[in-house]
Parts: sequence; structure tokens; C-alpha cells
Amino acid sequence: MHRCGEELPGLLLMKASKLEIKDLYASIDGKQILKGVNLTITKGEIHALMGPNGSGKSTLSAVLLGHPKYKVDSGDILLDGESVLTMKTDERAKRGLFLAFQYPMEIAGVNYLTFLFTAAKAQRDEPKLSLLNFRKEVLEKLKAIELTPTFLERYLNQGFSGGEKKRAEILQMMVFNPSLAVLDETDSGLDVDSLKIVSKAINTMHGQDFGCLLITHYHRILNHIKPDIVHVMVDGKIVATGDQSLAEEIEHKGYQAMQKAAI
Amino acid sequence: MTQTLEKLKENYEEKYGFHDPETAVFRTEKGLNETVVRQISKIKGEPEWMLNNRLKALNAFIEKKMPTWGADLSTIKFDEITYYLRPTDKPGNTWEEVPDEIKNTFEKLGIPEAERKFLGGVGAQYDSESVYHKLNKKLEEQGVVFLDMDVGLKKYPEIVKKYFGTVIPIADNKFAALNTAVWSGGSFIYVPKGVHVDIPLQAYFRINAKNFGQFERTLIIADEGSSVHYVEGCTAPVYSTDSLHAAVVELIALKDAKIRYTTIQNWSNNVYNLVTKRAYAYEGAVVEWIDGNLGSKITMKYPSVFLLGRGAKADILSIAFAGSGQHQDAGGKAVHMASDTTSTIISKSISMGTGRATYRGQLRVDKGAQNVKSQVNCDALLLDETSKTDTYPYIEIEDETATIGHEATVGKIGEDQIFYLTSRGLKESEAKAMIVQGFIEPFTKLLPMEYAIELNRLIQLEMEGSVG
Repeated sequence: MHRCGEELPGLLLMKASKLEIKDLYASIDGKQILKGVNLTITKGEIHALMGPNGSGKSTLSAVLLGHPKYKVDSGDILLDGESVLTMKTDERAKRGLFLAFQYPMEIAGVNYLTFLFTAAKAQRDEPKLSLLNFRKEVLEKLKAIELTPTFLERYLNQGFSGGEKKRAEILQMMVFNPSLAVLDETDSGLDVDSLKIVSKAINTMHGQDFGCLLITHYHRILNHIKPDIVHVMVDGKIVATGDQSLAEEIEHKGYQAMQKAAI
Repeated sequence: MTQTLEKLKENYEEKYGFHDPETAVFRTEKGLNETVVRQISKIKGEPEWMLNNRLKALNAFIEKKMPTWGADLSTIKFDEITYYLRPTDKPGNTWEEVPDEIKNTFEKLGIPEAERKFLGGVGAQYDSESVYHKLNKKLEEQGVVFLDMDVGLKKYPEIVKKYFGTVIPIADNKFAALNTAVWSGGSFIYVPKGVHVDIPLQAYFRINAKNFGQFERTLIIADEGSSVHYVEGCTAPVYSTDSLHAAVVELIALKDAKIRYTTIQNWSNNVYNLVTKRAYAYEGAVVEWIDGNLGSKITMKYPSVFLLGRGAKADILSIAFAGSGQHQDAGGKAVHMASDTTSTIISKSISMGTGRATYRGQLRVDKGAQNVKSQVNCDALLLDETSKTDTYPYIEIEDETATIGHEATVGKIGEDQIFYLTSRGLKESEAKAMIVQGFIEPFTKLLPMEYAIELNRLIQLEMEGSVG
């Protein structure tokens, strides 16, 4: 029984299978950053998005989740054909869109497990989810990402090392189990061992019900995770799309060559 | 904005803001004069010295000017207030003895349930008088005394006479004088030497009547090597006219004793809350004020500790939540009069809407009090562009061996923090509530768990109201 105006959990929790970005223009403080991005990601696919600093990769990730600082000037973002532009950030998350932040926010005094539990309850259709069972579930995932249980007693991202923050983002991805994830430079700042752990976790998620957009500067992570499609973004636009050989080409020639080719 | 404010009020009104019909068995006439004071004393059958105390205090109240250094008190209408109102002639030791209407009020506020679950003793005051008082048997057998102040005066006149008004003298300030003149109810606690009361004792103060003044008086004495945790809560109906609450609380922690005094003040937004709280900490004693201010129209309250003996310790943690129309002028005070004493004052305030939070604190180290250590931190969080905060730290150090630290921060909830949390599926209001809860976590973690949960729930309600 639902009263009028109450959200229907069943509908709410249908996770999207397809993300379409159509001729997207977006700006911050009047400065245009995205200049006509086109990209389609379907569950089951891994896309890598490469590009030099300042090309608009992180802006794209923030715009996808609806960061209030950015303004969409034109174009559209669709989840299963439905525009998300009028959806609030939390609604997009509930539709299965996830963002692993390049710089996760520190929030003082908020217990990590409490945070995970509150967010999981908001996202899942499991009114009877108990903290005890949830904790067990999280502990399993902690193991996979090689963090100790004491981690859950800490405050949200506070005092975490760079590597811990990145791993914690991937832990959250495993817990929230999105259908479409954007990983914003999850590989930067990771040492070799951490990179392996994180890559393994992402590969474990990879399957029919999970698609992702892997944003990166470097070819390095692509030795661990094999993308189906590689895109290159330069100056707010995708200038090249191809298979993994494209990533290798960048590794050899650098972005500048790509940029020239685009012009 | 108006709409969200309405919603907030409704939330309070439903849960705490209701009122019973006024069925007092006795009430003094409106306003304050000598006749009123004599009537109160007479109906209580007090000893002569207490009546004299009251009369002296009345004079002091009349003579003292209204304090103008803090919040705006010019709108208090002293002549419109009823200063004493006796709800019933039969206070009970069981809830069955309490008149139905009053009992139902406390049921609604969850007091008997809390008592069954986790409290060692409960006192419930309704307008001017205590209507229920009970201490668990085990504590009673250990010699712990937990009574309402009027009964305390009757049963232990020597102890009361010895300590009453010694920590906060009659003419300490205008509102302490007012309390001394017309005080009624409050708690009297004595913990014998070496006895540890390890489950909290609680008093709940309820104002029901309109245009009313509640003036409870509390005295807690922890004898050598003993410990006690006392918790007080309070609420009132929502009225369009103002009420006044002016309490006086005196704590005495003798050698090596420990007192923790926790307050969750949640008066309705038509109550002036002007309270004087002070403790004496003797050698090796520890006094902790855990002071949470959520409600009231104006609060002025600065729990203090006078560190009188070597090695005594004071911890003051003050939390203020100033919503629209509220001014929380709160803080703490530590006076170091002996060597090797330590104090920490931590103030955390949150302001929203037209709310204003003021930190006012004093730290004093007397000459000859050596190797004092003190840390004062005040953090303010502003939730929007219209809310305000200000800070008045007074620090007087007369002994150069002291080690003092002072930090103050003012912050806003960042857009990026909200974005991070909402990207995890939390609504904006839930995200804000989580950030605020994290901000006051140092306070919440010291509360009994049930109160911590309740406090977090209150913050969630406030945040739901704040997001339009």
C-alpha cells in the first residue's frame, strides 16, 4: 500500500542498463568545459576514457551525477532512454549510477559503517536489512579489497592515505553494486600493489550486470583491466574511439599527436 | 521558508508541544512580589532560614539590572508570568499514583519506558512541583539519596543548609537571585563516600502552563571517591506567549569524586532559558558538563567549574543548535585556583535560518595555581547565508606556568560534501543531517545510547525542515 506521492521502491530500484550522453555541453562559472560529448555505455561493457589534464574528464563525471556547480548548456544524459537532467543526484544513484571520486570527501565524525549502512538502506529495497547482517556482508568485501575490519570504525575518509581513499571508493562500489560506474582516476596515486588489488576488484564486478567508464591518464591500469572500447577526450570532446590499440598508441605518441589529429 | 518553518513547528508540536488543560490545585497571582514569595515558602512549610534566603534574594533580583552584555532579554514580561503553580497535592513514588493527565504526558514523552530500560532513578517535574520520584532499590541500599529538592530540604535539612547557595550565592546574578527567591522542585542528590552510581539518574522538567516560570533548584553532592552521572531533559508546549525557565544548579565534587551532568535542553521556541550552573571540584575530583541546547527562544547558559584542589579536572562540552528565531548564547567557564588542574572547554554550534549561536567562555588561572593545562576549542557550523555565529572567549592567565591552547573555527557545509553523500543515494536533507551529526559526534558519543539516537533523530527532523 502506497500513499499518493510516496516513492515506489520497486520502480525506484530498477537499475539502468544503458547510459547515453548526447551532444553534451556543460560549463562551470560561465566557462564551457564540455563541448559536445557523445558516448554510450551499456551494461557489460568497460569503456576507458583517456585524455590530458584539463580535457574535461572529471567534469564529465561530475555532470553525469549532477554536481550543482556545473550547468548543462545543451544536450542530454539518458538512462535507459530517460533524461536524468531533472533528477537529483541521489535519484541518479538509485538508478544504478555510481561515481568513484578522484578526491573523496572527508567527513568528520561520521562512522564509516554507519555511512555505508545508511546509504545502502537508501539504495536498496530491503527494509529489514539489519546492521549485523550488513556488517558481515561488508567484512567479506573488505577482505577482497584488503582492508582490515578496524577500517569500519574510522570516520568517513578522514585521515585516510591516498591509497586507502581509492580502495574505499571501490569498496563502496562493491557494496552499492551499481549497474553503471564511473571511476574517476581511481588509478592515480596508487602503488603497484594497490593498483593490482583495485583492478582485481573491478574485474570481479565486471559481468553482464555491470558496465563502467574508466577515466584515466595512464595506460598502466589497462594492463590489468581490459577495456572493450577506448575513447580519447581532448578539449571537451571525444576525438577518437577505438579498441585497446588506441590506448597503446597514446602511450607511444602522447596526447599531443591526438590533439593535432583532431584539429 | 515559511512552509518549512511550519513543518518544523508541527514536528515539535506533535511530539513535545502538546499541552494538558491547566488544573492546578494552587497558583500564585501573576507577577512577583513579597506576598508571592511568602506564599511559596508557606505552602512548602519551610524552615525560617530558607524564607529569609528567599526574601534576600527577592531584593537582590529587584536591585540588579538586567544583563545587557548578552542576548536580548528586553522582551521578557516579568509581570505577566505566574511564578508558582502546584499541579497536584500528591506526588507519587509509583506512576499509578500520578494523576492520569500528567502521567499520560510523561508516557508520551517516553519517561517511564526509559526508566524501565536504563535508568537508576527518575524524577519528573511538572510546572512547579515534582510529581514523581523514584530511585532504584540497590542504589537506595547503598545510601544514595535522590529526591526532589523540597523533600531533600525536609529530610536532610543540615546537608542542604550546609551547601545550598554556597556555590552560587544569592546575588550572583539577576536570574540566580530570581531562582533563589521563588525556587521550587529540582533534584537533591547525595552520593556517599566511595559509592559509584553506574547507571544514570534522570530528571525530566516539563512546563505545561502558559505564561509560566519554572525555577527548579538542583544540588548534587558527590562525597569522596564517589561517582554519579545525572541526566536532565526538558520540553514545553508551543504557545504564542513566552515562558521563563531560570534554574540554578550547584555541584560539589569532593576529593576524588566524579560528577557527569548531561543536559538535553529542548524547550519550545517560546521559552527564555536563563540558567546558572556551577561546580566546585576539590582535590583530584572530575566534573563534566555535557550541555546540549536545541530548543528555547533564548538561552544564556555557561556551565562553570571552579577547580579548588590539586589535580582537579573539568571537561565542558557545549553544543548549541540555533534554528530560526533562536539565539543560543552558551559556552563554559573554568576557573583554576589550584595547581596541576586541567580543563577542556569544547563548544560546537550549528546555526540555520535566522538562528544565532554565540560562544561565550571564560578561562581563568589564578596566581599561584601552577602547571595548569587548559584547552579551549570552539567550532561553529553555519548551514546557510542567513544564520549567524559569534565568539567571545575571555582568557585571563595570572600564572606563567600555565599551558593554554585556544582554537576557533567557523565552517559551512560544503557543496562538495553534500554532492559526495547524495551520490551515494542520500537525499540532500539526509546528507546534511549526516554532516551535522558527524560535527557533534564528540558530544553524542558521551550520551547514553538512547539519547544519542533521539538526538540524531531530532537533527534529521530539523534538516528535513531546512531543505525547501
